[in-house]
Order: sequence, then structure tokens, then C-alpha cells
Amino acid sequence: MTMRRVENGIVTGFTVIAALCWIFPLYWALVTSLRSEENVTANPGLLLDEFNFSSYMSAVFDTKLMIWYFNSIGTAVIVTAVVVLISMMCAYALSQIQFPGRRLLYFVVLGSFMIPAQALVVTQFILMSDLGLINTWAGIILPQLIVPVTIIVYKQFFDAVPKEMREAAVLDGGGEYTILFRVYLPLNWGITTALAIVTFIGVWNAFFWPFLVITSEDMMTIPVGITQVNDAFGVAYARIMSVAMLAAMPVVLAYLIFQRRVTEAVMISSGIKG
Amino acid sequence: MAMLENKRKKNLIALTLVAPFLIVFLVFFFYPTLKMFQLSLTDAPLIGEGNWVGFDNYVRLLSDRLFKTSLWNNIYFVLLTVVPTTLIALGIALMINRLTGRLQALIMVLFFLPYVLPVSVVTQVWMWMLDLQFGVLQPLISLLAGKPIAVFKNPDWVMPMIALITIWWTTGFNVLLFIAGLRNIPSELYEAAALDGATTRQQFFRVTWPLLWPVTALVLTLQLILQLKLFDQVYLTSNGGPFNSSYVLLMQVYREAFQLNHGGYSSAVASVLFIVIVVVSVLQFQLLRIGGRGK
Repeated sequence: MTMRRVENGIVTGFTVIAALCWIFPLYWALVTSLRSEENVTANPGLLLDEFNFSSYMSAVFDTKLMIWYFNSIGTAVIVTAVVVLISMMCAYALSQIQFPGRRLLYFVVLGSFMIPAQALVVTQFILMSDLGLINTWAGIILPQLIVPVTIIVYKQFFDAVPKEMREAAVLDGGGEYTILFRVYLPLNWGITTALAIVTFIGVWNAFFWPFLVITSEDMMTIPVGITQVNDAFGVAYARIMSVAMLAAMPVVLAYLIFQRRVTEAVMISSGIKG
Repeated sequence: MAMLENKRKKNLIALTLVAPFLIVFLVFFFYPTLKMFQLSLTDAPLIGEGNWVGFDNYVRLLSDRLFKTSLWNNIYFVLLTVVPTTLIALGIALMINRLTGRLQALIMVLFFLPYVLPVSVVTQVWMWMLDLQFGVLQPLISLLAGKPIAVFKNPDWVMPMIALITIWWTTGFNVLLFIAGLRNIPSELYEAAALDGATTRQQFFRVTWPLLWPVTALVLTLQLILQLKLFDQVYLTSNGGPFNSSYVLLMQVYREAFQLNHGGYSSAVASVLFIVIVVVSVLQFQLLRIGGRGK
């Protein structure tokens, strides 16, 4: 029995050390961002030994970081809200209403899963150019509005709502929209928050498409904008790391605050936990 | 009459519910897909009309050395990432699964955190750690190679390094899938195995591994599809170099369209990538259905 406990202790110790090594790059980025530029190159110590916020000040005041924040928050909030809304509506119809073409639509949803958006960037760019949407929020937003997995997850959850709920609501004279927003949505707030957070993180982090559709520095989102900083600063790692830390902060906070929801959403979306 | 009226009204409401998704899908996904195939049969520039050239672009691909390099690098990257990240994620999930309570939650957060970062943050952090002069990892590299190496400017190191960074970035996601899979295994099975005197090793190979197989298949195929779409990390660290040693298909799509103004040829490369990914996705879908995931 003691053998067993010693073994357990060793494995736990190993796990903790492995986790600390895993997070080391982020720790190191934080330590670097809090050092003065001279110390970053002169002092190779591994411990957090300085709280110098000058490079953060420089990141905020000498770059367009605040403008990129604004663009990122604006586009990510809009995409998240629209994706959740249109997916919910579509899933509700698929789940609760019999209408011609329902099966076909479901196959379209499943099929859209398989379309690699990255391969479509050239023609999406041409389309956006025809619509005059290059360098606009709409240009960033529109091609990101399809997240088929949210429809499929919503459909599963709506399928699981007891039939009586719907029948009672119909007897009360509620229309489909009323039933969706007054009955089905409130019953599924949990999964709605989970899907919204995961969508938000995904959109916030999107790189390839925003990078193509935006060329003007004033319209860039955070992940695209921060790559400009290298060119502007040259080799100034404290400042580059400060910018990186500030760029990561919103999603890291969103994850830490809603950690359980994110875990739940990942497991449910992959179909492992229903 | 009233019934018919009712039915029509119901269909109309259903239509308004599905229309937003359907319109966005048709305009921004379906149309660009058709347009991509059509464009790949022309010699059009990025913006503007071109002439019909039939399958010329595809024939050209067959003798395009850069295309072959890209295709090979995509395959090389898949080999470097897919199985390693799956095994690492499984190992981490097994370790986390032994823990309980707050410690388990904390360790899970530490492993998952990189996954929520924007790709450019990930590459900047690693480029700093691997900086030739001041990188904190260069002593390690010196230990391995005998001297510091500018990894993103070295044709032998560049792809394995991008693979390493990608594994660090994305493994947390797979860990969660494995943990979900492990939690789905009924504990009675382990109790029964223990009663039968099975060792820990036997329990793993006789109970855990077979029951985890569907999740493993899911992780493998998801990773395969994801890693075929490699672009961001390459663009941000090595930009396809040195000497095209990290050039991949999406990089070619990007360069041909946006830098060389060859919309038609770029679309041909994109179409090949598109078809490869769709075929893999369909296989994945079938595989998972056979695996008993579809309820």
C-alpha cells in the first residue's frame, strides 16, 4: 500500500513538473515583458525579478494597439452574436418544425462542416472586392459567420427538450419565434454561453482571413496588427512581449473566467460528451 | 382550406428561421466554392476576367516543382504533428485523469491555456525563445547540435520547429477530448479488471485503450484535417523559407493569388487542397459513424 502511495506521489510530481514546463513559454514571455529593454538582453536570469511597465506603456502609446483592440472586440462580438443567433434559429427549425427540404438542409449543414474555408480565400477575396468590402469590418465579419458545429450542437440540445414543453407553449398560442426565445433559449442558456465563448475565442484568434482582407493598419485586428510591431520596433523583445501579452489577455481572461464552460463546449462540440 | 393555409404559414416561418444561415452559406461559402473551380480553369488575374484554358493549370501543376515541394512539405508536417500530438495528448490526459479536485483543474488549465492564444502571439513568444543571440532555448539547442542555430533560417530545423510549436499550441484541445473519453469509461470495468487481478498495464491495454479507440480516431482525423491547412505559423516564422523548405500548399495559394496576381493558377492549387480535405473529411465522417459515434 505504501509502495502504491509513493508511486502515486511520483506520478503526481511528474505531472506538475510537466505542466510547469508546458506553461514556461508564457511565463517567460511575461517575465520578459516586465523587464527593461537593457535587462532583457543583459540579464538572462529565469526568475521574475523586475516589474518594469515601461514597455507596456510603449505598447499602448507607441503602437495602434488600442485601435486593433477596438476592431477585434467589435468584429468578434458581432460575429459571435450573429453566429449564435442564426445557428439557433436554423437548429430550432431543423429540430422542431416539419418543412419541405428539411433533410436536404441538414445535409447542407453537415456538408458545410467539411468545406475548408482556407481554400476559398481567393474567391472570397474577389467577392469582397466586388462588394467593396476590402478593409471594412463587414469584410472581416461576413465569411466568418458560418460555424456549422453550433447548429449541430443546438439541434442536439433542442431535440432533447421534452415534447410537452412545446405542446404546452403551442396551446398557449405562442408562435415559433416566441417558443424559441421564451422556452427553448432559456432552457439552454448553459450551452448558449459555452458556444458563444468558444466562438468568441475562435474569432478573436482568426488570422488568415483578416490578414488577407485588411491592408490598412487602422482596420487590423489584434492578431494581424501585432505582427506589424516587429517591423516598427526592430529587436525590442520586452516591447514585443508586452504587446503579445496584451493581445492574449482578453482570450486568456475569457478562458479563465469561463473555464468550465469552455471545457464543456469543446467536449460537446466534438460529439464525445452529449 | 384552413389546414392548407396553416401549413403554408408554418413553412413560411420555417423559411425565415433558416434563411439567414442559408443565405450566408450560399453567398459566402457555396458560391466561392463554385467560383474557385471555375476560376481554376482560366488564366484570370486576381481581380478581372481571364480566358478559358481548360485543364492547363492542372497540367502545369504536375510539372511545377514548387507545387511538389509544397505537397511534400504538407505531408512532412502531417507526419511530424498528427501522431505525436495524439500520443502526447493521450499521455497528458492519462496523467491528469489520476489527479482529483483543484489540482486536476489547475493542471488542465495549464495544458489548455496555449490553445486559446492567437497564433501570432504563439509565434512571437517562440521566436523570442529561439532568438539566435538571446533565446532562452538556445543553450538547449547548443546541447543538441553543438552550436546555437537560427532555427527558422535552417532548412533542416524549420519544419520540425514549426511542428513543435504547433504541438505546443494545439495539444490542450486534444487533451480535453481524451479526458472526456476517459470519463466515459464506466468505473465498473476497472473494478472488474482489478478483481480479476489485472495489473495497471493490463488494465490500460485491455480496458482503457480499446474503449478510447473512437476518441483516438477522432483526434487523429481532426488533426490530419487541421494540419493540412497549415499556413499561419509558416507565414509568421519562416515565410516559406529558407529555400522553400517550409513552403506549403496554402502558401502557394497565397503567393500565386496575392503577390503574383495569378488568380486562375492559385485557384487550381486551392482546388487540389480543397478536394484533399473534403475527401479526408468524408472518410473521417464514415469512420466515426462506423466507430459508433453517430447516435
